[in-house]
Amino acid sequence: MRHIISILMENEAGALSRVAGLFSARGYNIESLTVAPTEDPSLSRMTLVTRGTDEIIEQITKQLNKLVDVVKLMDMTDGPHIEREMMLTKVRAEGDGREELKRVSDIFRGRIIDVTDKSYTIELTGTGDKLDAFLQALDRALIIEVVRSGVSGIARGERALKL
Amino acid sequence: MELTGAEIFVRSLQDEGVEIIFGYPGGAVLHIYDALYRQDKIQHILTRHEQGATHAADGYARATGKPGVVIVTSGPGATNAVTGIATAYMDSIPMVVFTGQVPTHLIGNDAFQEADNIGITRPCVKHNFLVKDVRDLAETIKKAFYVATTGRPGPVVVDIPKDVTAEKTEYHYPDKVSMRSYNPVHVGHAGQIKRAVRLMLDAKRPMIYTGGGVILGNAAGSLTELARLLGHPVTNTLMGLGAYPATDRQFVGMLGMHGTYEANMAMHHCDVLIAIGARFDDRVTGNIEKFCPNAKIVHVDIDPSSISKNVKVDVPIVGCVDNVLKAMIKLIKGSKQRPDEAALRDWWQQIEDWRSKDCLKYDHDSELIKPQHVLESLYKVTGGDAFVTSDVGQHQMWAAQFYKFDKPRRWINSGGLGTMGFGLPAAMGVQLAYRDETVVCVTGEGSIQMCIQELSTCKQYALPLKIVNLNNGYLGMVRQWQEFFYQGRYAMSYMESLPDFVKLAESYGHAGMKIDKPADVESALAEAMAMKDRLVFMDFITDPAENVYPMIPAGGGQNEMILI
Repeated sequence: MRHIISILMENEAGALSRVAGLFSARGYNIESLTVAPTEDPSLSRMTLVTRGTDEIIEQITKQLNKLVDVVKLMDMTDGPHIEREMMLTKVRAEGDGREELKRVSDIFRGRIIDVTDKSYTIELTGTGDKLDAFLQALDRALIIEVVRSGVSGIARGERALKL
Repeated sequence: MELTGAEIFVRSLQDEGVEIIFGYPGGAVLHIYDALYRQDKIQHILTRHEQGATHAADGYARATGKPGVVIVTSGPGATNAVTGIATAYMDSIPMVVFTGQVPTHLIGNDAFQEADNIGITRPCVKHNFLVKDVRDLAETIKKAFYVATTGRPGPVVVDIPKDVTAEKTEYHYPDKVSMRSYNPVHVGHAGQIKRAVRLMLDAKRPMIYTGGGVILGNAAGSLTELARLLGHPVTNTLMGLGAYPATDRQFVGMLGMHGTYEANMAMHHCDVLIAIGARFDDRVTGNIEKFCPNAKIVHVDIDPSSISKNVKVDVPIVGCVDNVLKAMIKLIKGSKQRPDEAALRDWWQQIEDWRSKDCLKYDHDSELIKPQHVLESLYKVTGGDAFVTSDVGQHQMWAAQFYKFDKPRRWINSGGLGTMGFGLPAAMGVQLAYRDETVVCVTGEGSIQMCIQELSTCKQYALPLKIVNLNNGYLGMVRQWQEFFYQGRYAMSYMESLPDFVKLAESYGHAGMKIDKPADVESALAEAMAMKDRLVFMDFITDPAENVYPMIPAGGGQNEMILI
């Protein structure tokens, strides 16, 4: 099963490599991983998407907790949560195609954030499925470049990952 | 007053109570060595290789329970130390290893003797630190010792760039540190302990299976009290030998691949398994699908990630082993319920039947020296009271099988990583901690050559080790597997061009003995032990065809042992 694990860790050099190294050394897979400082500059927050049986996920969370740089973690998938991913897509936009691309972008609530006479860059936020669907809706030949941020997640309601 | 980083380093170790460090100098740590030179509180032991330094510190830590401390230079100094660090990591040994680093402004420039010590050691340390500012040095050292020695112990590396050792700042060594991201658990969950005790008292065919955690957690006394209170059979892992007196009737021997028949059969047939400070290693469980098929399993461990890693357990208890065992003892003493004596009598009857197979028997009438005979004689001659280190292979298994350890911290071997070359330097560490004790290194002609240069260190510091070299001319365990599983194709397992070990020992200034007749074994050992102030290298020429029995073959269950 797919799990989203959010981690608060010391914002120190090498902390990311400890997490990445743990996954490769123990043969766990990482689907996506995002990391950035939080409102507390001494802490980074990482969101990690992985897959595994219940036993493997249990081991992953225990092994992560064992890392000295990891302060606290939460498996978002244990409760109601929201996940979001941001994607920037650069597409060829010429002639009649420009209008159609604008329409598709609007349907997905995308925003065109850069325009040239030959291209659009579209910003889109949503779940991974939605971003996939958007890419499906585009003519593959028009896609120049796709950048995805990886998943960020937050629990619904009062549940929160904080110190 | 302001001190240099090097002086702060030395003062910090002194204030931490470090008495001895093992190391090897080099460019990046010259300031530190100069500061060491100008003090006399800490003894520095110069090994002949950084691997020797780490194993020696490791042996010291295993024998004393205090953290082993190492200092090596940057680049090759640090990479040579890696095997020793990984060895300590696998066996959860508290160790602090200081590695020199090139000056901060050169880091990442492929400078002379530069290596990414933090990156290289990351997968084999409990934690590591790079000190970039001299103002962080003392506190980082305090943290390193705190992390290495608390919770599940392990090696910690502190990488110190050369310029940091030259810069100055005020010295202050903190009394204690707290780290918000590191809070080891001490006390086990009361409800879980209650459940475990109920299972133990209800058990018809109980088994207590304990590992290195009982030794590391100084819980041998509590374990013995608990086991005697319950009357349950006890088995120890390779790492756990000595946690329960091996001469006690309730001890059924080591378990696992080369454990006793009775220990493995009792494991397989037990209805309640009490695992304490053990981690269900593959060499213990055999085929995991066939492991303890009818048992409810209690698992006590300080490391939550050890629990249900290999085997799903019914009652997990996270906490300091000694605290948990004491809580169990208290509950049992306070309970009206007593262990089921009738059931236990039947169970012991069954175990005695298995024990009567005498699974460790060997040929006593051989013309060649049997390695088992050497170990039995060693046990006899030393009165079972020596510190015994070993290398890795057949001799290690024979030592574990035949030397009956009644006390913890006397059996010192690389169980997890299985590092050949460990035995001799580890023995140096033990001897330095206990100058007046008998310290024996049981080794083979393959293993001993991996760190043989340390004979020179032994001379320098007058370490009267007794080296028992079981010389069969083969990498015996490799040879054994090739005989069993590769139709006798002995690829690279024969040791050609062996040195004359007697002359070699003598050239280092030690005593050497060559023993090739069974009748001479005991007298030679006695003669060697009588040389209290000299290192004696005993080269026993043993039967090259001897194999370690019994054995669980790969893929086999614990009830599928090959007996001789």
